[in-house]
Amino acid sequence: MSTEGVIYRVAGPVVTATGISPRMYDVVHVGNEKLMGEVIKIVGDYSIIQVYEDTTGIKPGEPVTNSGLPLAVELGPGLLTSVYDGIQRPLPVLREMTGDFIGRGATAPGLSRETKWDFVPAVAVGDEVSAGSVIGTVQEGPMVHKIMLPPNAQKGKVEEIKEGSFTVEEPVIKVDGVQYPMMQKWPVRQPRPVIEKYSPDVPLVTGLRVLDTMFPLAKGGAAAIPGAFGTGKTVTQQSLAKYSDADIVVYIGCGERGNEMTEVLTEFPALEDPRTGESLMKRTVLIANTSNMPVAAREASVYTGMTIAEYFRDMGYNVALMADSTSRWAEAMREISSRLEEMPGEEGYPAYLSGRLSEFYERACRGKSLCGEDGSISVIGAVSPPGGDLSEPVTQNTLRIVRVFWALDTKLRERRHFPTINWLTSYTMYDAQLGAWFKANVAENFPELKTWAMKVLQKEAELQEVVQMVGSDSLPDEQKIILEVAKMIREIFLQQNAYDPVDCFCPLNRQYKMLSLIKKYSDLADKALEGGVQVDKIAYLPVRQKFQQAKYEKDVDAELDAVEKDMDEQFSKLEA
Amino acid sequence: MEAVAKEYKTIQNIQGPLVFVKTEEPVGYKELVKVRLSDGSFKNGEVLDSADGMVVIQIFEGTTGIDRSASVRFLGDTMKMPVSKDMLGRVLSGSAKPLDGGAEIVPDKMLDIAGAAINPWARDSPADFIETGISTIDGMNTLVRGQKLPIFSASGLPHNDIALQIARQAKVRGENEEFAVVFIALGITNEEKQKFMSEFERTGALKNAVVFLNLADDPAVERIATPRLGLTTAEYMAFELGMQVLVIMTDITNYCEALRQVGAAREEVPGRRGYPGYMYTDLAQLYERAGKIKGKAGSITQIPILTMPGADITHPIPDLSGYITEGQIVLTMDLHRNGIYPPVNVSSSLSRLMNNGIGEGKTRDDHKAVSDQLYASYAEGKDLRGLVAIVGKDSLSAKDRKLLDFADLFEDRVVRQGLYEDRSIERTLDIAWEILAELDIDQLTRIKKSLIQTYLPKKE
Repeated sequence: MSTEGVIYRVAGPVVTATGISPRMYDVVHVGNEKLMGEVIKIVGDYSIIQVYEDTTGIKPGEPVTNSGLPLAVELGPGLLTSVYDGIQRPLPVLREMTGDFIGRGATAPGLSRETKWDFVPAVAVGDEVSAGSVIGTVQEGPMVHKIMLPPNAQKGKVEEIKEGSFTVEEPVIKVDGVQYPMMQKWPVRQPRPVIEKYSPDVPLVTGLRVLDTMFPLAKGGAAAIPGAFGTGKTVTQQSLAKYSDADIVVYIGCGERGNEMTEVLTEFPALEDPRTGESLMKRTVLIANTSNMPVAAREASVYTGMTIAEYFRDMGYNVALMADSTSRWAEAMREISSRLEEMPGEEGYPAYLSGRLSEFYERACRGKSLCGEDGSISVIGAVSPPGGDLSEPVTQNTLRIVRVFWALDTKLRERRHFPTINWLTSYTMYDAQLGAWFKANVAENFPELKTWAMKVLQKEAELQEVVQMVGSDSLPDEQKIILEVAKMIREIFLQQNAYDPVDCFCPLNRQYKMLSLIKKYSDLADKALEGGVQVDKIAYLPVRQKFQQAKYEKDVDAELDAVEKDMDEQFSKLEA
Repeated sequence: MEAVAKEYKTIQNIQGPLVFVKTEEPVGYKELVKVRLSDGSFKNGEVLDSADGMVVIQIFEGTTGIDRSASVRFLGDTMKMPVSKDMLGRVLSGSAKPLDGGAEIVPDKMLDIAGAAINPWARDSPADFIETGISTIDGMNTLVRGQKLPIFSASGLPHNDIALQIARQAKVRGENEEFAVVFIALGITNEEKQKFMSEFERTGALKNAVVFLNLADDPAVERIATPRLGLTTAEYMAFELGMQVLVIMTDITNYCEALRQVGAAREEVPGRRGYPGYMYTDLAQLYERAGKIKGKAGSITQIPILTMPGADITHPIPDLSGYITEGQIVLTMDLHRNGIYPPVNVSSSLSRLMNNGIGEGKTRDDHKAVSDQLYASYAEGKDLRGLVAIVGKDSLSAKDRKLLDFADLFEDRVVRQGLYEDRSIERTLDIAWEILAELDIDQLTRIKKSLIQTYLPKKE
């Protein structure tokens, strides 16, 4: 097999080479500057390569080298806290090499070759080990990084195992004559195997009331957040990354704004992880391929992130993977496809768009990994539909796959209702599976309470139509109360301030308490109405103002108790 | 580099702005090309597609007058421009040639105009409040240094006046740093050019500005290069000379039309509404050149202006821009017709970086709460206008009537201001409190009690 060839043609990020006879998706190095690329099409002797860097100045006739290997990521200690581009080049290292702007042809390994890690063996000489076996651990910040045999390792007996300080490349174990270092490589486009996939029945708790109570996502599930620009996709994604109860967060900034990544890069290290007390960054891997970085690397970035997520799942961790935004990824596919002059499908997207999307989301799962541990990957994919039009291909193809849909709404944004998740159009299909967990872990009547709230909101939407026609004065009193209660659900419960130090995270029991209090208000109001009290008196009780403010108070739970007391008192004083 | 570049007389096809040439030696992608016409004049171009033996060239000045006997010379280098500190005060063409009768730019440096992506790791968070003196921007859609905040306008609206007002008034408070404006005109009419230039000269703003003018009758291909020339200049001034640079680009819609025109000539598969599928990436390569870099004093803040075709915000140009930029200032005909300047529709406007640049120590501690309250109450008031049209004002409750009046007050006091009125942020917030005082206190649901106590004007 020949590995050396020459360039035949250059057109933007697509380069055609002859003489290398590669396999599909082999990584090749193009031109005198050795720009990295990937073979995406083979026509006779012509290999079509998507290049991950800018090809300006590259000429036909320059050399092309085939590495003979597919695009792979390096997995091992050092992943956490890293910031990579779409093909796992560490951005801080690139900055040292090429300065503040990203230069061409720079290569840097994903994992540092110098850093030494303290390896503590978990097996002894003579033990039997197989693919995925945990052979030892490394303490990486607050996390225990389990060192596993790669999924393609052969079963055998441990002949030698070391303890002490090693780099990721130094061998630490010998199994039937084969030595393994701590680091393993895995091709990004190939899912890492699991023994068994489970049905997801544990929620990913996010601390966002509208998500946890109304539209929960299961660990191992996939959710889509579509929304026009400015509706808060990124803020929602970042809140999830900060506060969800995942062990590891993989955040992929795919074709998004540079300043947004900077925000993540400055905020995450400063945020405290509520469980470990250490910086949130210590359990995070960031992939930043901004919109002006090469489009082919953007295409690869989601796979790079997913493979890293799978590696941590294999250790038995719950991983949350955020992809912001999958639309930019789809556009990268479209851009490359059009350079290849492929027959376009809908709106110029390639016909394989749907297939690629489902392959990606299918890698989300909760399951038993090769080492016998239960882990999960929950995927939260942002979708940026052009013009906010949800009928476009990326949104539609995504909705066919995911089971949770958090619809962001421009109208809500205009009235500064945050998070802008529309309670009428969003849905979750995990209600049935998660019901038991909520009953056992929050409250027996939690599912009913939620159904009640959704009914009130639904009723409000119907009544609003009437109000638009005839004004609210002509409604009967019970319906006026429904409107007031719905308003409370919206303003007190659904609205949440991601920037407020107290309100940004709301634990499940507090969510339950708040919603219960609104229900109580509603019940008391109905009773007062029956007793002949005027609507205006009920609607404008001073306790509402206090309730509204309670979520921002430092001691919010005590404040809620006070609200309940005031509520009882003020209702009892109401007279017909 | 090769010694003497070879001259080819092997043009095969000429098509729109594209020329197809047979070659014997390899040519680099994006290499510059000089074409000598049969009348002895020259045209410039760039390689778009380079295959062994056949090259596609895009001609910057248009292909008028080129015939198959024209000769083609490859220059062996990609597009670079001269930059220098002395560019301040200069007026240049869309291809960076002097238009003001002055000398050619004596280069301190030659820079590649495509630029490179700023390493996200090297970026610094934009957090310095820029006071534009316009209430709807400062108070409710705050601009910060290093941000890109476009103005989404429509034909017939005074976006150019707003751009000029911002260029005139913008400042970072309490600091006295070198400030420069790079003004990039893309396909504007001669009349608009006259207006900009006379205003620049009248207010003396020109001495701190570099102006690039690509006019409506200049070739479309040049229009694609002009913003890159301007931004390369801005990068040089910001990151090498340490200046605070404000880049104003108008009109991005003309730029996108040029992209579509060239894409169609190249027979590319079109995306939405005939615009190229890579328009998002292309626009990102312009907009993402805004920012700040750790350890460098300078910054680039961008205010691109675009006219939404048919005032449609879902049109691909505003839509893709909105996905890249950090917010948008939307202008609307409704307010303009009612004689309100600047006609900023705050409901659909947004500044994503606002929260980084406001609050105690930056603007004032009540800024965010006041802004949220204005947004919410104004939205409710506007909704009620629709209702009043059907049921009449009398059937509203007292509280609703207050909201309805609030919406009018808001437009009249907060939105409306003079073309030369430079309002401080404190003044803007004080005006806001004055009109919030007209509402009942329990209608101020977005503001904490303590702030209400401090700032709400006491009623007699």
